[in-house]
Amino acid sequence: MTSLRGAAAIVGVADDASPSGVLDLHGRALEAAMIREALDDAGLTIADVDGICYAGQGAGMGSLGLAEFLGIRPRYTDSTMTGGSSYEVYAEHAAAAIAAGLCDVVICVYASTPQGDRARAKARGGQGGGRRPMMMGGPNPNAEWEMPHGLRQPMGSYALAASRHMAMYGTTPEQLAHIAVSTRKWATLNPKARFQDPITIDDVLSSKMMSSPLHLLDCCLVTDGAGAFVMTSADRAKSLRKAPVYVLGAATCHDHSMISQMPDLATTAGAVSGPAAFAQAGVKPGDVDVLMGYDSFTITQLLHFEDLGFCAKGEGGAFVESTDTGPGGTLPTNTNGGGLSYTHPGMYGMFLLVEAVRQLRGEAGARQVDGCEVAVAHGSGGVLSCMSTTVLGTEAVLS
Amino acid sequence: MSDARRIEPPESEVAKPFWDATREQRLVLQWCTDCGNAIFYPREVCPSCLRADGLEWRDASGRGEVYAVSVQHAAQVPMPAYETPYAVAVVELEEGVRMLSTIVGTDPEAVVVGQAVTVAWEPLSDGRNLPMFQPS
Repeated sequence: MTSLRGAAAIVGVADDASPSGVLDLHGRALEAAMIREALDDAGLTIADVDGICYAGQGAGMGSLGLAEFLGIRPRYTDSTMTGGSSYEVYAEHAAAAIAAGLCDVVICVYASTPQGDRARAKARGGQGGGRRPMMMGGPNPNAEWEMPHGLRQPMGSYALAASRHMAMYGTTPEQLAHIAVSTRKWATLNPKARFQDPITIDDVLSSKMMSSPLHLLDCCLVTDGAGAFVMTSADRAKSLRKAPVYVLGAATCHDHSMISQMPDLATTAGAVSGPAAFAQAGVKPGDVDVLMGYDSFTITQLLHFEDLGFCAKGEGGAFVESTDTGPGGTLPTNTNGGGLSYTHPGMYGMFLLVEAVRQLRGEAGARQVDGCEVAVAHGSGGVLSCMSTTVLGTEAVLS
Repeated sequence: MSDARRIEPPESEVAKPFWDATREQRLVLQWCTDCGNAIFYPREVCPSCLRADGLEWRDASGRGEVYAVSVQHAAQVPMPAYETPYAVAVVELEEGVRMLSTIVGTDPEAVVVGQAVTVAWEPLSDGRNLPMFQPS
């Protein structure tokens, strides 16, 4: 076995977010709701589940606590933590585990409610939110070598990448703003999106400067959100409720943890994971009908266009000026409205997969891309640290 | 550290020679004599050969250039040192390693990629100094 192509399929998905930015449920209740909805979508029940992927909430042992809560005894478990790209990594690992016969039905869930948590903490009389402890014991290079300088995180790290890209290739703030404007166009078609009013390039450039050269509207949201997916073998997928969405290719690469240690601030590890996943899938960038790229910041998506091969290195700025990535465009990108305008609860990678599946099934409503056969979910975790690419496709592509 | 003006760095055991040198405002770097590479941040082994026996500390030039820069318009934490706007940069030293640092002694908005910089020092509350950089 040398390839994952067609061995496993996503058969159930769910996600939730709200224009208010706040969800009613939180914690295990929200996770359980997403799991149930994704299993219903697949026509499966919790009794079918024998694998679990879960990044955990706060301290604790990730998947152990969730599996205990759900009353399941999984024989495949994964609590790999690569930040926002964890969900693409889980898709890759789950497909490999299913292909190897380690398990049959894998559930993966994510829920995070930073807005609701703040309100609940305030209602309890606390300060709200609360800062995470800087030192958790053990080595912490970040505390020793970066934090003292007061770089705003995470946006400052991405600002440094944008600075480098601009210096190397002449990329402009206007070009980055194109990405925010185009993504917002998609959000106008998503009734669950946090922001649904169109914006202009001037709106982006006149929004508050956060960490130069990134403005407020170059930055993702902070909202409540949750999602889940269910994956099973290609054989079993055929008998389930919805048309299977096959994993055609998957690959991951990470090249640093702290931004100062990134080998080239203008090139991500997606330049490794992307081509590897595309080769496994047997597709080229030109075959991609929908691109779901983790848009934590506008610069992040610009780097994805280059590193995945949609344009050459350094040409991302010109590419976003000349390519329509919005509704009706030639490269529909972040069709749910993205982390920039739909939702961003902290680790957004789950929503990339859910939207890709909906597009491939023809379930995306007003934002449906006609004839969608190949979709890519490209996750980014840490501070441009871990890139994981999942290429998904319909039965038509597989055969 | 009640009189700390900023988040102060913990001192890891392996980096003690680095922080000790900052007390005399000297910038030192770890080198692997086997590989011939400067190493930053300090490590228990060389990240190229994974050996410890070739590691040694040498005085650094203190010279480098701005590799990337971002001006912070709101502080991450409200402490006196983070008076906005301030410029945080990745500095590439002549020795080939990169460090995150603060650019001082100039208008933060005037700092550009490629600019030559030299080490400068800000006192920490415990006698150590934090390496920063200023235009050469």
